[in-house]
Amino acid sequence: MPDHIVTAFTDELEHLSANLLRMGGLAESMIMDASRAVATFDLELARDVIKRDRAIDELEVEAEKAIVRLIALRHPMATDLRAVLGAMKLAGDIERIGDLCKNIGKRCLELTGDENRAAVKGIERMSRAVSHQLQLALDCYLRQDIEAAKTVLDMDDDIDDHYTSLFRETLTYMMEDPRQIGSNTHLIFMAKNLERIGDHATNIAKAVYYMVTGETTTGAKIESRLAEDDHGEQR
Amino acid sequence: MDGNVEDFAETTTTIDRTQSGSAPIKVDCRHIDVFYDDKQAIHDISLEIEDRSVTAFIGPSGCGKSTFLRCINRMNDTIEAAKVTGEIFMDGANINDPSIDPVLLRSRVGMVFQKPNPFPKSIYDNIGYGPRIHGLASGKAEMDEIVEKSLRKAGLWEEVKDRLQAPGTSLSGGQQQRLCIARAIAVSPEVILMDEPCSALDPIATAKIEELIDELRERYCIVMVTHSMQQAARVSQKTAFFHLGKLIEYGDTEKIFTNPEHGRTQDYITGRFG
Ligand SMILES: Nc1ncnc2c1ncn2[C@@H]1O[C@H](COP(=O)(O)OP(=O)(O)OP(=O)(O)O)[C@@H](O)[C@H]1O
Ligand SMILES: [Mg+2]
Repeated sequence: MPDHIVTAFTDELEHLSANLLRMGGLAESMIMDASRAVATFDLELARDVIKRDRAIDELEVEAEKAIVRLIALRHPMATDLRAVLGAMKLAGDIERIGDLCKNIGKRCLELTGDENRAAVKGIERMSRAVSHQLQLALDCYLRQDIEAAKTVLDMDDDIDDHYTSLFRETLTYMMEDPRQIGSNTHLIFMAKNLERIGDHATNIAKAVYYMVTGETTTGAKIESRLAEDDHGEQR
Repeated sequence: MDGNVEDFAETTTTIDRTQSGSAPIKVDCRHIDVFYDDKQAIHDISLEIEDRSVTAFIGPSGCGKSTFLRCINRMNDTIEAAKVTGEIFMDGANINDPSIDPVLLRSRVGMVFQKPNPFPKSIYDNIGYGPRIHGLASGKAEMDEIVEKSLRKAGLWEEVKDRLQAPGTSLSGGQQQRLCIARAIAVSPEVILMDEPCSALDPIATAKIEELIDELRERYCIVMVTHSMQQAARVSQKTAFFHLGKLIEYGDTEKIFTNPEHGRTQDYITGRFG
């Protein structure tokens, strides 16, 4: 797409998306570090994750200001309008991801260190899946790629399955050894937080789909849309 | 797990492309070409304009918006060099038919120009002139009524009722433009054409005209040329994008400004190099 005649407009939009990608990058590393803190019982790292949420919050405020400014001064239209509205959604979703990571960090501080190893491994696996999903969602934002958006939506089912099995597994351990109930409950809540992060990554992919196509849509619709494109029926 | 994907399915809102597709067509333009001497300014434009709605014409300077607008009340007849071919049907009747009297046609199709152009007469006579020559009023009382009604509809009555004999040119620019709209309404037209009606007005005067246009839309078919994307987006239901004498895209205003079909429309409304 050609640049705007008013170059400052292009610059501002680019600055906004760079800002969001930076936020996303921070969130991604928070997910991994939070799970590492849990796996290695590293309370220092957990505290660090908690602190880092501030940075994401600040970037969100900055992004919101930039968005208000763009709307008030540039009156974005069509693709630009969708880019700005999409950015608004992204900022909100990433900010929530930061909160959820912070939550995992806080719960980590409540652990005793002798939680069930299998459950801890489960959290680690789930974190990897979720942070991979977020990475892909941010990638699809960067490349405005609706094919990748579909993959992100598909991944969400896997993450939901992860959560369900982790929940059942942990519940079983707790029943076997009621002394573990306290700390393992934290693990269940962590898994729930990770599952929520997956939902936010999914929202990001949906926002990208809207930015690119101008249509809000379901996973099923993305699929049929892609199938259409496969048959060469370009819009 | 929170049923996020399912929730989304329930709240799907795809843009409705046919939301105002059922409105009756007031002006049906078919295969219009316009030449100024041998230079072609309009290339085979066909366009159906809905009744009781506002249609905006947008496009870069010189793309033919004013030329096309002037076809609708045969104003191009008055331009020596201009030659129009094609057909325009208003309520089914071809307005280019030789049996149609262009003067009568122009009483059915009012026009408001970019620069307010009141006659060098009193406010009262500015409004009364049209109805008088078209014989719409028999007697002073009836004329008084037409003048008041037209000024009220144009939102100007309260501001001028005490000085109806003052010259039209003594009003402010925004008031003059509303006077011109009142003058256009006074002959009870069916269609009102406006060529950049707000380009010389401040934001408040512009807002008043836009509010007026929104009210007039209940009774009239309005076609408006504007260079302000925001104005087109605010007041129109349909938007037509012209480029180099061709109609590139025509559709619901909401669609044009959120998700236009054509790259060229996109580039123009987002302010990019085409
Ligand atoms: N009276 C005329 N004689 C000769 N050429 C004309 C005449 N009026 C317009 N044209 C030409 O026809 C083309 C379309 O002009 P028109 O005034 O319709 O454009 P427009 O879209 O209304 O532009 P603007 O936004 O600047 O008002 C231009 O190339 C213009 O030079
Ligand atoms: Mg013009």
